[in-house]
Parts: sequence; C-alpha cells; structure tokens
Amino acid sequence: MSLWEYANPVRFMQVSGRMLPWVAAGAVIGTVGGLGWGFLTPDDFRQGSTVKIVFLHVPAAMMAINIWVMMLVASLIWIIRRHHVSALAAKAAAPIGAVMTLIALATGALWGQPMWGTWWEWDPRLTSFLILFLFYLGYIALWSAIEDPDSAADLTGVLCLVGSVFALLSRYAVLFWSQGLHQGASLSVQSGERMSHVYRYPLYLAMIGFGLLFLTLLLIRTRTEIRKRRLAALLARETRA
Amino acid sequence: MIDLGRYAFAVLASYGIGLALLGGLVWHTLAANARARRALETHERRSDNG
Repeated sequence: MSLWEYANPVRFMQVSGRMLPWVAAGAVIGTVGGLGWGFLTPDDFRQGSTVKIVFLHVPAAMMAINIWVMMLVASLIWIIRRHHVSALAAKAAAPIGAVMTLIALATGALWGQPMWGTWWEWDPRLTSFLILFLFYLGYIALWSAIEDPDSAADLTGVLCLVGSVFALLSRYAVLFWSQGLHQGASLSVQSGERMSHVYRYPLYLAMIGFGLLFLTLLLIRTRTEIRKRRLAALLARETRA
Repeated sequence: MIDLGRYAFAVLASYGIGLALLGGLVWHTLAANARARRALETHERRSDNG
C-alpha cells in the first residue's frame, strides 16, 4: 500500500479515527506523568526548585521547532504533489506550534528572571524564538486572510519555507553565536550525560507526552478542517444547482 | 506539601501558565471539532430529507 493513500480524505478519516483513542491515551499518560513526575523531583543544587520548569520548557521548545519542520514537510508535499490533506494538516498544526512557542517563551522568561536576573535578553536563541512565534502568528493570519483555500495553501507554503530559516536558527543559535545567555542543549546524544537521570527520565517522558499530545491535536484539528472543507463543498454545489 | 522555597512564584507561574495554555488549546480543538461535526451532520441530514 502506498503512503499517498493516506492523502485521500476518506482514508485519512478512517485511519485517524482508529488511531485517535490510542494516541490520546499515550498523550495523557506521557504529559500528565512527565509533568507530575518532574514536579516531584528534588531541587537542583545550583538552580533550586526552578529546575522543575525544565519539564515544561524543553518539551514545549522542542515541539515549537519540530512542528514548524512538520509544517514545512506538509507544505512541500502540497506544493509538489497537491494533496489537500497535507495542506490542511499544515494549517491544523500552526495554532499548536504557536501555543508551544508561547509556553517556551513564557516559561523561559519566568526561569530566566531568578537565574539570569532578567526576564528577557536579546540573546540569539531567545530572539530567534520570538521571531518564530511571530512567523506562527503570520502563518495563521495569512490562512484566515485568503478566501480561496488553494491560494491560501500556496502562499502559506511559501511563508513556511521562509520561516524555516528561523526554526533552524532557534535550534542552532547557541552553536552559531556563543555570546548568548542561553546555555547549550540540555540533552545531547554526542556529548554524553549532561543531566542527572533523576531529571532525565521524567524529561524523556514529558517529551514523549508532548509529542503524542501534538499528534492527537493534529489528527483532531485536521479532521475538523476536512469536515469544514466538505461542508463548504456541499454548500457550493447546492448554490450552483 | 512540596517546598519550592524562594523560587515558588517562578515554578508555580510556569506550571500555571503552561497548563492553562495547553488546557485552552485542547478545549479549543475539541470544541471546534464538535462544531464542525454537528454542522456537517445537520447539513447532510437536511440534504437526505430532501
């Protein structure tokens, strides 16, 4: 069976309907478990109880970047192969990404104040994250501003390509410019252990939970968009008849 | 009760804002989905009845 079969709206509704209960259950277990476990971890010897913010901040920041990458892939599929489900999936993902970016920015500011002595600094990573958030808002606004859905998908696809530069900058800014306040990655495959297992395991669980939460919300929101599109098509057909 | 010490505001505000935003997103997603499903079902029923 070809992967492109899932780009058929009827097939997508069938498969996503079957997947949703399982993915949603995983999302609840991962998110509630990860955040609950993280909240109960002991204080860090340097950061005190603020270390508990990592369980919200890191998964949200990770998803903020990954969701934009997913939107980029979906937009490219739309631009190259004209599959409507991929354009609707990109549209459905944007509000989730915007909320994840906002959580990362808000928790970062709340964490930064006691640790760095400031709520905000024009640091490369913080600034690129703020620009990423503005790109999310621009993307959502562009979808709402254009009436023809195919034109909206084309233009938002181009915007997504441009915004990808900032999504990548958000991820790698601390490597490009070392003068920023923000520290390097909390977890790294290459450089061995940077975080005690006391914090690492609940963080992994929260990251998996956030990933599954995104998938759950993405499936529901894409189904909503397909239903809206079907209703609009039925109304247009009746008007013509 | 967990003692958050002098950073209680930062930790509680982070969790409060984070969970409120996530809760709002989930609520908005479910409400929009229910609205779209109802609207489509109502229209299809009306079309079936002539």
